[in-house]
Amino acid sequence: MTVAVSFSGVTRHFGTVRAVDGVDLDIAEGEFFAMLGPSGSGKTTCLRLIAGFEQPTGGDIRLFGQSVRDVPPYRRAVNTVFQDYALFPHLNVLDNVAYGLMIAGKGKTERYRESEAALDLVALPGYGGRKPSELSGGQRQRVALARALVNKPRVLLLDEPLGALDLKLREQMQEELKSLQRQLCITFVFVTHDQGEALSMADRVAVFNQGRIVQVGSPEDIYYRPEVPFVADFVGSSNILPPILTGLSALAAIRPEALRLTDTGTPATVTAVNFLGAATRVALDANGSRMTALLPKGAVRPTVGASVKVSWDAADLHQMKGGA
Amino acid sequence: MTTAPGLGGRISDRLWRSPGLVVFLLLTPPALWLGVIYLGSLFALLAQSFFSIDEFSGMVNREFTLKTYAELFTPTNLDIILRTVVMATLVTIASAIIAFPIAYYAARYAKGRWKAVFYLGIMLPLWSSYLVKVYSWKLILAKEGIISWFFEVLHLTWLLDAFLAIPVIGGNSLSVSPTGTFIVFVYVWLPFMILPIQAALERVPTSMIEASGDLGAAPGQTFRHVLLPLALPGVIAGSIFTFSLTLGDYIIPQIVGTSARFIGLAVYQYQGTAGNIPLAAAFAVVPIVIMGFYLWWAKRRGAFDAL
Repeated sequence: MTVAVSFSGVTRHFGTVRAVDGVDLDIAEGEFFAMLGPSGSGKTTCLRLIAGFEQPTGGDIRLFGQSVRDVPPYRRAVNTVFQDYALFPHLNVLDNVAYGLMIAGKGKTERYRESEAALDLVALPGYGGRKPSELSGGQRQRVALARALVNKPRVLLLDEPLGALDLKLREQMQEELKSLQRQLCITFVFVTHDQGEALSMADRVAVFNQGRIVQVGSPEDIYYRPEVPFVADFVGSSNILPPILTGLSALAAIRPEALRLTDTGTPATVTAVNFLGAATRVALDANGSRMTALLPKGAVRPTVGASVKVSWDAADLHQMKGGA
Repeated sequence: MTTAPGLGGRISDRLWRSPGLVVFLLLTPPALWLGVIYLGSLFALLAQSFFSIDEFSGMVNREFTLKTYAELFTPTNLDIILRTVVMATLVTIASAIIAFPIAYYAARYAKGRWKAVFYLGIMLPLWSSYLVKVYSWKLILAKEGIISWFFEVLHLTWLLDAFLAIPVIGGNSLSVSPTGTFIVFVYVWLPFMILPIQAALERVPTSMIEASGDLGAAPGQTFRHVLLPLALPGVIAGSIFTFSLTLGDYIIPQIVGTSARFIGLAVYQYQGTAGNIPLAAAFAVVPIVIMGFYLWWAKRRGAFDAL
């Protein structure tokens, strides 16, 4: 396995703010890697460090084994799809896509041919003559993608590229990005605050909190086996159970769908009931511990205020690191 | 239920019911100002330029003729026009070159308090009297002035002398040379160039610059292919100020520089001492025509597309 991007002990401080605070990370070549976290968690700064728009305060970043300390953005074999797309308003779509090739000194016919091909790739054939202002948000997003991909980068960086799109378009673009990545075999580093997006698209996910990576793993790891309460809480809404309820030595996470209402078990009070269609979400209070159960269709629906008993299989409990 | 409104209330109600009346009331004073005072005097001027002066009596002959315009093309007058246009062009180019880095700094890096310092620094000279500034420059540029002194301290007086010995741009001292006129023009009009460029650069998002670098462009290439095209409307807006202000100014060349005349000075002298109103009017039309062509060219370059 070739390591495409490698962080060792990377920090980036802005004054007293530790935007990135000691990050170690290896991203393999050809991987679809997601950086997930709330805003201000340092994920975008990490992306900008890879692109070269920011310089690390400490630590080292390597691209394909080469340290990129003091290497300016325009000498790095990475390209970025910006959150606001950053299309050049004074150039038409074709010239936008061809920009990188023009800078690289390619002839007009060659760069236009390659740019047309890139526009085909993102399903915008024949749009070259338009100005960016004449395109919809989704189309601009595709142009930004084509503009980055036409340079054949070894790593493609995507900064919340789907954030500005409506839900339906976003789901469609998720599919297309995923298949593009498989087709081109380029390393994708994808920044998002949407856990659903990260889990559905990425091969591996790094969860960021307060400038640090709190967990790296496959989407299944992140979802079913959160290592710290933050991940359990941020990635979907896992219940965090204290040792007193589980008999374990540390906090444990359990998915809402693994909780059942039974005749025996931990006594709890129903605080809310929400019908979701395929399931019913029941909020419970077990002697001060709040939890949420997802009951399948057909299960008996309790009423608010009722006293019930909650049980689970010990196998579904995932014990987290650290004490209570 | 309603109560009977007072006079003020009735006026409010009337205005509320007819927005058209509000627009009419708001626009009438500026329309009168622009239509009657400005355009009216402009047309009066235009009309005057088609009259001629009787060389013997010195009286204005109110008959349509192009004779006065033909006079503009005599060598002396052509010389004045050419000198003014060349000066205005050079002042505009120099202002743009000096203004761009200042505007770029202000738009990209200045934050909070430094932004205020920037605006104050740019605007402060505009608040002091124009004449005071020009006379100060006369002192600065004079033979006994600080610039000569500075060259002397550096033992570079020979360099200044060599420069002043250059025929067209030199003179006895900087304050009586065309170079002096040029320096003062650039100083006085510079804020009018900085502010529009700064406004244009302010509208260019940082991500645009980063995207250019990300796609392989070195800073120089980013400047040429992204920053300059996007700032061009600002540069052209600024150049309209510096160019037209230099074309029309008649005070600076009188105080600093040689006795060679500029259009503004010619207008001033023909309508004043010489009493040749038609020729003064014809001269005054020249900058208007030049600016007309300039604006037409700027529009074709897309300078107003972003407005």
